[in-house]
Amino acid sequence: MKLLHKLLGWIDARFPLTATWKAHVSEYYAPKNFNFWYFFGSLALLVLVIQIASGIFLTMNYKPDALFAFASVEYIMRDVQWGWLLRYIHSTGASMFFVVVYLHMFRGLMYGSFRKPRELLWIIGMVIYLMLMAEAFMGYLLPWGQMSFWGAQVIVNLFSSVPFIGPDLALLIRGDFVISDVTLNRFFALHVIAIPLVLVFIVIFHLVALHEVGSNNPDGIEIKKHKDADGKPLDGIPFHPYYTVKDGVGVVGFLIIFCAIIFFAPDMGGYFLEDNNFIPANPMKTPEHIAPVWYFTPYYAILRAVPPMFGSQFPGVVAMGVATMAFFFLPWLDRGKVKSIRYRGPIYKIFLTLFVISFIGLGTLGLLPATPVYTLIARVLAVVYFAFFLLMPWYTRIDKCKHEPDRVTSR
Amino acid sequence: MNAIKKLWMLVLLIAVPAVATAGGAEFHLDKAPVDLEDKVSLQRGAKLFTSYCLSCHSASYMRYNRLMDLGMSEEQIKKDLLLPEGTKLGSTMQAAMDKEAAQQVYGVAPMDLSVIARSRTPDWLYTYMRGFYVDSSRPSGWNNVVFPSVAMPHILAELQGEQTLEVERYEGHEINKLVLAKPGSMGVAEYDATIADLVNYLVFMSEPAKLVRYKLGFIVLGFLFVLLMLVYALKKEIWKDIQH
Amino acid sequence: MTNKVDRSKRQLLIAATTAAGGVAAAGAGAPFVLSLMPSERAKAAGAPVEVDISKLEPGMMMSIEWQGKPVWIVRRTQAMIDALPGHDEELADPGSSVPQQPAYANNFHRSIKPEYFVVLGICTHLGCSPTYRPEVAPVDLGADWDGGWFCPCHGSRFDMAARVYKGAPAPTNMIVPPHKYLSDGRLLIGDDSKGAA
Repeated sequence: MKLLHKLLGWIDARFPLTATWKAHVSEYYAPKNFNFWYFFGSLALLVLVIQIASGIFLTMNYKPDALFAFASVEYIMRDVQWGWLLRYIHSTGASMFFVVVYLHMFRGLMYGSFRKPRELLWIIGMVIYLMLMAEAFMGYLLPWGQMSFWGAQVIVNLFSSVPFIGPDLALLIRGDFVISDVTLNRFFALHVIAIPLVLVFIVIFHLVALHEVGSNNPDGIEIKKHKDADGKPLDGIPFHPYYTVKDGVGVVGFLIIFCAIIFFAPDMGGYFLEDNNFIPANPMKTPEHIAPVWYFTPYYAILRAVPPMFGSQFPGVVAMGVATMAFFFLPWLDRGKVKSIRYRGPIYKIFLTLFVISFIGLGTLGLLPATPVYTLIARVLAVVYFAFFLLMPWYTRIDKCKHEPDRVTSR
Repeated sequence: MNAIKKLWMLVLLIAVPAVATAGGAEFHLDKAPVDLEDKVSLQRGAKLFTSYCLSCHSASYMRYNRLMDLGMSEEQIKKDLLLPEGTKLGSTMQAAMDKEAAQQVYGVAPMDLSVIARSRTPDWLYTYMRGFYVDSSRPSGWNNVVFPSVAMPHILAELQGEQTLEVERYEGHEINKLVLAKPGSMGVAEYDATIADLVNYLVFMSEPAKLVRYKLGFIVLGFLFVLLMLVYALKKEIWKDIQH
Repeated sequence: MTNKVDRSKRQLLIAATTAAGGVAAAGAGAPFVLSLMPSERAKAAGAPVEVDISKLEPGMMMSIEWQGKPVWIVRRTQAMIDALPGHDEELADPGSSVPQQPAYANNFHRSIKPEYFVVLGICTHLGCSPTYRPEVAPVDLGADWDGGWFCPCHGSRFDMAARVYKGAPAPTNMIVPPHKYLSDGRLLIGDDSKGAA
């Protein structure tokens, strides 16, 4: 014990180990009124670690070569000891990452976590989300099944609708005239090292930014306004041990769901692993029905909902891009007097509900074939989606807010 | 062809199936009685697979010794599954027929069946293997209710017999119905049970880990529930410090 | 502020949760570590190999692959067998006291039958594969060379039973892998269990 203490002292004289631990864990004061929705931040970090760990071990057995990729995945599933478990952890983890991140973002929308002084924190988080989409998209090509191939083919072709530079841009991304071995190779490089490396750094920035401004809470008020004589927030409690044990409960709860999927329904009825992806990629034959993986479908439905204009599909692509980027502007679109939905008026509640309905509805439609009726519904939902953002400066201002409490409440 | 046209073709490709499925008469899929606990059925299915399917199709990700998971001994695998002379137990299942030769005969190379139960689903396979009917317009003389214009002839015709497709009128609807015109060496129930064994085996072969996956899953979840109770109790205890 | 905290209950809960968490971490880590072990494909490639030795001529050596490593089978001539006991004093371990061979090959010819010799073709020094030099007294190896193997990497010398000569960098005789006769003309390398193959 004494020796350990000495070692710690030796390190602290050379590296701020204890100071870092204190600043970010044991003496980071978080509001004491976190509820269920505050589990998803730590869970997102957990999934990131799970994905990196399982990804490293999959990389040891996977072959990024159009001739061997599909077979090497089956090699992992059958011949590598416990390979099937590693693969299911990774494939389930990909979907669960988006489940957790979407809930984490929804928490932000409910409690106004993007509002001043957390604008940059929100923007960094949105960058993480975009990187995650790129990571998932490229990872999905690697099993080299039919859905991998044609999904990538369609998405990359979206870029070719960009005016003037489009076709060259698509060529640049693919490195070939169709998705091919070359594309597989570069997507592999980006998926296993480039994007994860950036992702880890931005996640660190996200945490540093969070700990600089302090956590928001379900009441949407700043706990830093009321401090005791030592300068500690009166409504704050040290992250460790209080939130480490509380997040521990969340982690185990999450693992129960995660493991239930891995062991009993890893393909999740075709939503996490699609049937057609068990057929090796065939550039000569498109499967009858192709849809992106579920986490992309809200945007995909928006893409399809926009009719082509001036003989170009580009407006749909723009709409899809705007739909993802709109979140970036939330800190400046929201003009409400309060942050939390608890003290907002009915208008914001209605708009947020409609937004969630449109997001889930578009997500469902994106999985289905585009019939005229579905396209019509998708258009209505797309309008609702954009209205949430575009009308925000207006409806948040006229909304009748309740009075915010001075101190955090527990309920 | 410019890129925008290409994109449009892709969009069309996405939209067309919706129309196609609405137009074509979908044949109802029968539920496959899959039971991976039934090792005897799985072993029968394996024998059927190696003696019939493996003549033309390969299962190149499946190793013979994996069948020991089904309780088969090395001797049984060698004898019952007609292991080709000089093939090691750890080898993968290769087709007896040369791929190019098969392409010459049937027009398409027979696909690898390792993961067929995952790409096609068990119900489809169960219906398909029982859905062949005589069709003189086809080069092979056979057609199938769930796979129109299929290239494969009905390999198991000697067992099932020959079916024909009859169109029946029922309350104004046209219903396709298979009728056994010439019985085979097996009765209908016996043939269905045989196909059930085969499909059962194909499900196992598509993911051999399934045998351990479920069993391990219960242990893992049981342990996690205990852990959850412990962590929850600890959280309650630690949070006693906090005044609300 | 604190409502009566029961210290011992708290300690117990912390200990129990830590222990259970440790078990969970170990359980989660196990499949990752085990995935590093040889896969079914590697095991299949390393399975015992059947060899037809009926066409091997006296004095000739054939090389086959077992577990990715070269295994040599030599059909020794009578002269080679007769020469084996003649140079014991020059060898590091003439009696094969170091267990580099199965019990049934612990004899002067280090094989089941004196005529056929099976050995793992890897030098016990640093893993190079020595060269087969059956000729007696060649110019480069000297007048006292009775035939055997010479390692090009660091000059280790082995006789016709792959026993190492004194003064060579290799510490021990070369390894005789488990093997058995399926019939007079067929050898099984990698498995010496009794009963059916």
